[in-house]
Amino acid sequence: MTDTTVIQAAERELKTRISFTVAVKNSFTLAYRAWLKMLHNPESFMEMTILPVMLTLLFTFLFGGAVSGSTADYLPVIIPGVLVMCCAMGCSTAGTLLREDMNKGITKRLTSMPIARISPVAGMLMIEIIRYTVIGVVVFSLGFALGYRPEAGIVGVMGCIGLMVIAAWCLSWVFALMSVSVKSISTAQTIGMVIMFPMAFLSNALVPVETMPGWLQWVVDINPLSHVVTAMRELLSTGAMGSEFLVALAGSLVILAVFAPMTVMAYKRRA
Amino acid sequence: MSDCVLAVETNGLVKTFGNNRAVDGVSLSIPAGTICGVLGPNGAGKTTIINMLATLLTPDAGSAKIFGYDVQKDTQKVRQLIGLTGQFASIDEELTARENLVIFSRLLGFSKAESKRKSHDLLEEFGLTEAADRKLSEFSGGMRRRLDLAASLISRPPLIFLDEPTTGLDPRTRAQMWQTIRQLVKNGSTVLLTTQYLDEADQLADNIIVIDKGRVVANDTPDGLKRSISSASLRLVIRDPENTGRAVEVIEHVLGERVQITETSELAAPMKHAYKLTEVLIALRDAEIELSTIDVRQPTLDDVFFALTGNARENAGGN
Ligand SMILES: Nc1ncnc2c1ncn2[C@@H]1O[C@H](COP(=O)(O)OP(=O)(O)O)[C@@H](O)[C@H]1O
Ligand SMILES: [Mg+2]
Repeated sequence: MTDTTVIQAAERELKTRISFTVAVKNSFTLAYRAWLKMLHNPESFMEMTILPVMLTLLFTFLFGGAVSGSTADYLPVIIPGVLVMCCAMGCSTAGTLLREDMNKGITKRLTSMPIARISPVAGMLMIEIIRYTVIGVVVFSLGFALGYRPEAGIVGVMGCIGLMVIAAWCLSWVFALMSVSVKSISTAQTIGMVIMFPMAFLSNALVPVETMPGWLQWVVDINPLSHVVTAMRELLSTGAMGSEFLVALAGSLVILAVFAPMTVMAYKRRA
Repeated sequence: MSDCVLAVETNGLVKTFGNNRAVDGVSLSIPAGTICGVLGPNGAGKTTIINMLATLLTPDAGSAKIFGYDVQKDTQKVRQLIGLTGQFASIDEELTARENLVIFSRLLGFSKAESKRKSHDLLEEFGLTEAADRKLSEFSGGMRRRLDLAASLISRPPLIFLDEPTTGLDPRTRAQMWQTIRQLVKNGSTVLLTTQYLDEADQLADNIIVIDKGRVVANDTPDGLKRSISSASLRLVIRDPENTGRAVEVIEHVLGERVQITETSELAAPMKHAYKLTEVLIALRDAEIELSTIDVRQPTLDDVFFALTGNARENAGGN
């Protein structure tokens, strides 16, 4: 049956360091773990499916007439807007899960194991890509069902989802850093809400900027999410990647370059 | 196996949190193939010692070697030699027992098939097969502990740290855990376990290290340690407090030991031989001293502390 014999220290082949291949493998294993957690957790599925559907229907029929004259005319405005909102609300998930691992002793076990130190963070964030992609597909499918036919066609839609996934993923690192730096799970969650809620609403996601007072326009303009929304609307209506697309993409990558290393360092220090 | 291999060797280990010296110059050595019990009250520094040995915390001073490898310089190698079961379960609540084990196996570099087989075997070994595919939130405390331990044994490490493995378990589960720990050593592992219970250290350990406020206050075999404290203690409450003085005289005369009066007006005296109890009772009856309660207690950690440090242990805060 079981092989319980212990191989003694002297008879073991010990590695001095973790190779890059092992680090990648470890990250995928931990991404698989995050994936299983997602599957086991009905809430996270609701966040990815029911929430986007609800928000799209709600905004389309509630605001459509008031903002754009009709629900059909509002679809090009609201579809990218809802997509950004839903992704933004999911941005703090990875951070919260990391904090949970740290508070529940899982990080301790992982740290005592011969695995790459970057993998727990990398694995947790890798799976977020799936979350944003699912949200993107859900929102656009619903838009299509409601009669939305963007000029840019399927390629434009894919480009849009791609940009959204990249932007949301880069933003997730900001929340990951904050979650790793605070002490409790509820603090991590609250911070996520407190930042994300105004960010999602104080943007051009739901209504055109022109209707806002001057100072608010200024706030909306510095909100990175607005640039993502604008980039998506441009791409969807013209089929071309405008300057906003590059701005949004470059901004996201800058955020990633700054926050990803900081997160990994903070995680290592506090693990 | 040669008997001069040291699984753990530390020299003057120190860890400070703020101005709290949680571990204050701990030196110990654990020969391979033995069980070492680290005994101490809450807040003594047991977990902090384990965390330093398991490469989770960097010592502020001193050195620690695991099978000759320095925990700070050869961190990666040390991690390939140890299994850690922390004081609090460190497994994923949202996954099933099997999923937990498979993931940890994969992380340790085993193939998919190997990981499945190893998880299957461990679940069987720890009597968790039936619950294998249930979510952990449905597990009892004892089952969690067993799974946690199973997760530390995937690579069959030669050194296993168990931080308070039976705290909070019911007596039956506790006995099972002891059985498992003994089996680990039979299979060739070295075990360092911490505990707050003298009887646990006594039952399991080849050597006991008593720590208090981050310092080693005793390092001995269980027998040696017990010899240094009285084996049991007699506790009496006298019905009429006026007789207390006479009662002390009588008992001291019979036992030949000093009697102490505790804060709760109990008389306490060490009792080396149980048969002396009859003599004490007869002598008290002859002196016409009535008792309201009588009790013979096995030595507890408190007695060890009393004997070793000369003061009753105050309940240190923290965990
Ligand atoms: N991360 C920490 N930060 C600050 N103080 C700590 C930390 N960990 C432990 N301590 C303190 O160090 C002392 C020893 O703690 P610990 O090693 O957990 O004791 P034990 O495991 O014996 O109960 C306690 O006073 C505790 O409050
Ligand atoms: Mg402890």
